[in-house]
Formats: sequence, C-alpha cells, structure tokens
Amino acid sequence: MKYSYFPGCSLERGAAAYPYQQSTEVIARTLDLEFVEVEDWNCCGATEYIALNRMAAYALVARNLAQATKNDGLKEMVAPCSACYLNLSKCDAYLTDDAALAANVNAALAEGGLSYKPGSIKVRHLLDVVVNDVGYERVAMRVTKPLRGLRVAPYYGCLVGRPAFYGQIDDPEYPVTLDKLLKVLGAEVVDYPMKAHCCGGHMTQISEGVAFDLIRRLVKGAADYQADLIVTVCPMCQLNLDAFQGGMNRYFKTNYHVPVLYFTQMMGLAFGYEAVELGIGAELVDARAALARIGVEVPQVEPPAPRKTRRPKEALPMPAMPEEVAK
Amino acid sequence: MPTVATNGRTFFDEVVAATPGDPHLERCLQCGTCGGSCPSGPDMDHTPRALIGMIRAGMREPALRSNTPWFCVSCYYCMVRCPQDIHVTDIMYTLKRMAVKSKLYDDSTAPDFSKTFVNWVENYGRAFELGLMSQHLLRHNPFGVFKIANMGVGMVAKGRISFTPKRIKGIDGLKAILAKAKELEAQDEV
Repeated sequence: MKYSYFPGCSLERGAAAYPYQQSTEVIARTLDLEFVEVEDWNCCGATEYIALNRMAAYALVARNLAQATKNDGLKEMVAPCSACYLNLSKCDAYLTDDAALAANVNAALAEGGLSYKPGSIKVRHLLDVVVNDVGYERVAMRVTKPLRGLRVAPYYGCLVGRPAFYGQIDDPEYPVTLDKLLKVLGAEVVDYPMKAHCCGGHMTQISEGVAFDLIRRLVKGAADYQADLIVTVCPMCQLNLDAFQGGMNRYFKTNYHVPVLYFTQMMGLAFGYEAVELGIGAELVDARAALARIGVEVPQVEPPAPRKTRRPKEALPMPAMPEEVAK
Repeated sequence: MPTVATNGRTFFDEVVAATPGDPHLERCLQCGTCGGSCPSGPDMDHTPRALIGMIRAGMREPALRSNTPWFCVSCYYCMVRCPQDIHVTDIMYTLKRMAVKSKLYDDSTAPDFSKTFVNWVENYGRAFELGLMSQHLLRHNPFGVFKIANMGVGMVAKGRISFTPKRIKGIDGLKAILAKAKELEAQDEV
C-alpha cells in the first residue's frame, strides 16, 4: 500500500518527536506500507496561524495539499501528527464547503505557481491507516514478542477523533481503535477514562496553571488505573505529558512517574525490534522500569563524553606545589 | 448595549462572515453544553455560551476583550457535543483574529505566542521549537527559562531539540502565496 506522507515539523530529525518518525519507518517497512514524502512540504500552522489570519492560514495548509497532488497517482496522504491531520483535513473540508474561500485560496496559491482542487487529496491519520487499511489481523500476524504483562493506558487526545471533518474514524467521546490495536499486540489495556481528553496543546507556553492542570488529570488518571505507561498517537500529547511531567510534579508537589510512548514504538516492540531502533530511550520520563517488565532492555543514553584535556601528555609538566610532588 | 459595526453590519454578521464554512451561529439555544464540556472553562472570563450570547447582543468590545478565545485549547469537545452543530471552536479562532486586528486584548501572552510562531513559519516554512520557545519565554516569562532549564537540558541530552531551523526550498513561493492571501483577506473585510 502506497501513500503520500506528511511528517510535520515535530517529526523531523532532531525535533521533539523524531522517535515517532523512527518507529513509524520501522513499522511501515514491516507492514509493507510505502510512504512517499510530500515534496518540500511546509508547516501546517498548528493552532497559531489561524488565530491571526484566516486566508493565509488556509493558503499555508493548501500549499501542502497542492504539493501532495504532485505525487502521481497517490490520492491519500498520511499524517502521523494529530494536529497536522486536523489542519490538513479541515482545510480540505472547508475548501470543499466554501466556494468563496476556495477561490481566494487558489488565487493565493497561483502566486506560487500552484493550484488545488478541493477533494483531490484525502488526508488520513496514521492510526486510521494501521487499523483500517492494514487491519488488526495483519498486525497480529507480525507480532513475535507480545507485550504480555504490560499495562497500558491508550491515549487518543482530541484531534484524531474530533471533530472528524471527514467523517468518523473513531468515536469522539469513547474511541476504541487504539485499545483494540494494543490488545492485538498482547498488552493489557486499561479502560482509561481520560483517553480522549485534552493534553493542553500550546497552553504550557501561555498559562502554565491551565496546562499543568490538564496534564495532571491525564497522568493521574493513568496512575490511578495502575498503567505502566501511556500510549499516544500525537507528538504534542507526547511532549506535554512527557517533557512537562516533571514541571507538573513540581507545580503540584506530586511524584507521578508515568512514561509516555508512541503506539508505533509499542508495535515495533511487539514486532521484535530493539528499543533503540524505535527511538525508545529519548523520553524524559524514564520508560526502562516499565519496559523491563516485558523483558525489553533500553540502553542508557550515554552522557556526552568528557571534554578532552587540551594539554597533550607529552607536553612539559605543569609546575606543581611541593606537597603534590610528595604524593 | 447593542452596537452596530462600522460598515452597517451587525457584530453577529461580522463574526459569521469571518468564519470559514457555515458556523450555524444563529442556531444557539443557550443550553451551555459547550461551557460544560470545556476543559479550561474555569479560567475563562465568559463561558462559550455566554460569549455567543454577547455576540448576538452586539457586545463587540467586551466580547473581543474576553480572554475566553485565548484559553481555548482546540479540543473540539464543544463542537462535537453541540446539539445544534455550531462550530464553536471556529468561532473562537474568529474572535482571536478580530481581537488581534482591533488590538483588543488585555494579556498579550497568547497573541504574541501566535505571532512568534507565525514569524518562524513565514520566514522558514517550518516551525522551529527552540527558536519559538526561547523567544516567547524571553519576552513573556524570562524567569521561566530557569524553571524549564531541567527540561531543556533533558531534551538536548536526548537529541530532541534541533539547534538550526530548516528552510523549505520553495520559501519564496510560499511568501508570495501568503502575501497574496493577506491581501485578499484585507479586501474581504472591507
């Protein structure tokens, strides 16, 4: 199966969600999914551009849809990031609904030598492709090391299920696709009540009280259900729950420790890949203890090598105090 | 205090016109499902329900000054739960844009964050996490830099922070597209 692929800024090498990219590449290979990256794609604007300029925000996203049409014969574009998925599908849906908007956006695109006919590209979330196109059965066939004994909290966040501009891929209130997928991988899935609640999005940068409150609900929810880890489908959710968990603990004087991994990393582990190949070990909330329960070893990331002494050994000796010489 | 917008349109018409698609705003029953579903409701000056009421009453300035849209986390719970299919989240974005254009906001943290983000995207075509967060923190919360220092060091050690922004090849084309889009947006509002 062949798709256009829109990685999004967070999945680039060196960016916060690069492990998501690494593990996606691994599982795509295993499941015979071929992803052709959209040529010279740009940022989807996240939740920020639309807060300032409507037409520019839609033109920004539409440039990606137009670029995707250059991948001959590929009508579907996969986005692993829920926010990119939302923006791309929302743009296509509103361009289809709103002829005036589509005309203006195309007038703007023409300045860059591009055009886009609404509806030409169908945007899909990676989770949707894995569970619906590949299917649970074919995933099950690839499982060689079931995640037996691992209790996981499936976390969907908002945008994969809401508001579903292309029709529902899962329930907006009580989604279940990730639950089923993780069961297929052999994990013990907890009935996580917070599974479709919000991670706070950009609020960590705007109002830490609001952000930490939202992060706490999710982390506490998983801890209350004795989940060993939270499994996510979105880079923003992973960043908020993982990188800000320490800050949230300091803010509330709590001591939660719930690691947060991507569903693609869990799939890779169940398919028998090593943790390092899947980018595991890059999370800030250490997942080693949790993964040790299923016999997965995560090598410690080496601390940076100590700086070499600048003075070569063969250089003349430095003057020393008499007592040092005596030693 | 109903007020009529400068060009004869009501504030309600203005909001609907500036929202992509049809937001179905006229259908509101004032049931409050939106506010009850909102994760940041308690921090908002007005619940989304109250804000919709204010839009209908033509209360332009108080509605645009409200912190409510800036506390919206875009979770879309209000939108999927609304019994009348009102696009509440889209309305929040519309109010943000109108507030920025009319310079009607009391706390500039959120608008400035959006501006800093957009600035990176307009010049490089991609978002740049390190540049965005450091610029934003230095401007709005310089002491916050120390608070998140631990996290920053951790992210660097784990190779999850890039130090150089990437520029797309077609940046000139993108700039031309965005300039034209802004020009069209300005015409659309007249």
